[in-house]
Amino acid sequence: MMNLIKSLGIWIAAAILIVILPYVFPSGASITTMCLMGIMIIFALSYNMLLGQSGMLSFGHAVYYGLAAFVTAHTINWAIKSGVPLPLPLIPVAGAVTGLIFGIIFGSVSTKRAGTAFAMISLGLAELVYSSSLILRSFFGGEEGISADRTKLIRFFGYNFGPQIQVYYLIAAWCLLCVILMYAITRTPLGRMCNAVRENPERVEFVGYNPQLVRYIAFSLAGLFAGVAGSLAAINIELAQASFVGAAQSGAVLLAAYIGGVAFFVGPVLGAILVTYLSLTLSDFSEIWVLYFGILFVVIIMFAPYGLSGLLMMHAQFWRGPLGSRLARFGRLFGAYLVAAVPALIMLGGAILFIEMIHHVAQKGAEGANMHFLRRNYITINTHSVLPWIGGIVAMIGGFFAFRLSWPTVANAWHKALLDAQRSGA
Amino acid sequence: MSSAVELDNLEKRFGKTEIIRGVSLDVKLGERHAVIGPNGAGKSTLFNLISGRLIPSAGSIRLRGENITGLRPFEINRRGLSRSFQVTNIFPRLTVWENVRCAVLWSKGYKYSFWHNIDKLEDVRARTQEILEQINMANRAQIPAGVLTYAEQRALEIGITIAGGADIILLDEPTAGMSRSETEHAVALIRKVSEGRTLIIIEHDMGVVFDLADRISVLVYGQIIATDQPVKIKANQKVQEAYLGAAGHD
Ligand SMILES: Nc1ncnc2c1ncn2[C@@H]1O[C@H](COP(=O)(O)OP(=O)(O)OP(=O)(O)O)[C@@H](O)[C@H]1O
Ligand SMILES: [Mg+2]
Repeated sequence: MMNLIKSLGIWIAAAILIVILPYVFPSGASITTMCLMGIMIIFALSYNMLLGQSGMLSFGHAVYYGLAAFVTAHTINWAIKSGVPLPLPLIPVAGAVTGLIFGIIFGSVSTKRAGTAFAMISLGLAELVYSSSLILRSFFGGEEGISADRTKLIRFFGYNFGPQIQVYYLIAAWCLLCVILMYAITRTPLGRMCNAVRENPERVEFVGYNPQLVRYIAFSLAGLFAGVAGSLAAINIELAQASFVGAAQSGAVLLAAYIGGVAFFVGPVLGAILVTYLSLTLSDFSEIWVLYFGILFVVIIMFAPYGLSGLLMMHAQFWRGPLGSRLARFGRLFGAYLVAAVPALIMLGGAILFIEMIHHVAQKGAEGANMHFLRRNYITINTHSVLPWIGGIVAMIGGFFAFRLSWPTVANAWHKALLDAQRSGA
Repeated sequence: MSSAVELDNLEKRFGKTEIIRGVSLDVKLGERHAVIGPNGAGKSTLFNLISGRLIPSAGSIRLRGENITGLRPFEINRRGLSRSFQVTNIFPRLTVWENVRCAVLWSKGYKYSFWHNIDKLEDVRARTQEILEQINMANRAQIPAGVLTYAEQRALEIGITIAGGADIILLDEPTAGMSRSETEHAVALIRKVSEGRTLIIIEHDMGVVFDLADRISVLVYGQIIATDQPVKIKANQKVQEAYLGAAGHD
């Protein structure tokens, strides 16, 4: 019994967190954001069944997400029209089945190959599906897409899922279920053989397994979970659009998985939360936020190849010994981070100022010399004056060198923390 | 005595070059059979053919009487033939435990299951532990295989090879690159794990070969020039000229 509680503890905690989050962030915008995060968490984890777990780099995972979204919209409309008593919480099952079926169909082609060939086939299939979405208008609905009124379905214990908060709980419940299932799959014979296939597919053949079949099953299951995510996405905005199967959607899930880190199960969860948050908030600050997003991606790939979860796990080794010494150790370490963060922020600020001024001059010169920095009305910058240009460049270059000077402090603090942790661990 | 592996006029060409040139061989069940020969003779290629890594250009391969020519490696493995590699071929970023467990799973019948919790499979756990103890690595179980010493990786290679319980085992130069004492250790291990099974071993160390083998085949330039008991191979004039005479001075 104690063991059961221990192994279920984290999921119980997650369930409690999900229930109370809307009380902590009650605004309409927060609820909407959290809905999108929940969907992206499922989608990114399903993507990582391919990339992180099995070593398959897919450029077309949105196919399963998007097709499931369309089937979901059609299923809702059909249920309304024919009067079939199908409550909304069961609708994602249709998405799961759709994702699974298309995973089985397309996977039978793509998983025959690994590596670059697999990646290229996934890209080709994605293009194929996207271009058919522009042709098959009756299914994909052309430009407008297919809309579906989720509130017209039979009520579920009195809920009609009109208010967003009800949709939040629907998404959250499916999200928790899918996360638990995907985690459980990593700890099964198939899940472990996925790792073996990722590491050394040839050797797998000599211990009795067909690596192609391992990849195929994993791929089909990833399609299933992507289907749930796509279905929830359609329910969330009561619409399925061609963009759901598009390259941008496939790219977004790749970014989320990489930024969060593909080597750890929680990585894509963190990535999904951050990417969703940034894509909603950065546009408030800049028109060219996608550029900053790209820069973030490149920086992560270059300096933290294991993503956010990798950075966190690097710190796990310091969490040893008595609580007091742990806190002191982290205190010293974060002190050093702060020393490095100040010049890093100056460098970043200078770079952003520089980029934004170029953008303003190049794109919006007609609006005059004045620019509202980061879309804040109270920060007006004259792009025709030379001072802000010099300021931006000086901050960028000066910040860079100051950051490099501060680096030994961080390295030193890191080294000391490591020694300290080893001593108190022994 | 019935046959474990029968090769009938086996040939393998890479493009125009013929590497295996009509090899016929009959290895009996329960026999320890060594394959020796100079570098580039085609010994590893022969193993690649038997284990399904390569498909023969001509000829046939039988496993316990069943024709397995053209089957894929996993199909051959499931029929009870397992092999090791000359160049260590493990799962470097998985732990030693996981390496061995991967090789145990199929034989316990779990196949592609994604509904069993692997940590709760007592038979898999017990077998994995047993293999780790056999190869003397129980205390290294949680280490990533990639950071093991060379000799440890070679031992793990053998562990992966025997973990599935195959009763016909092919080892490709298991002691190559090992020190004297490591070799002794490895030979003891091989003797232990091949107890009651059929063993085919490629080996350059003649001490090991004459110590271990019931029979020896000498492969030279893609052809078997002699198959016999160790004492007779030693005395064989053809073998002396073609191989042992030269190799004896190594
Ligand atoms: N896939 C391949 N393509 C082309 N040539 C190959 C291939 N595999 C092996 N060969 C060639 O076949 C010959 C025999 O190689 P093999 O590895 O079987 O020799 P070996 O007897 O195991 O030698 P060693 O004692 O050095 O391990 C070599 O000349 C090698 O270059
Ligand atoms: Mg060889």
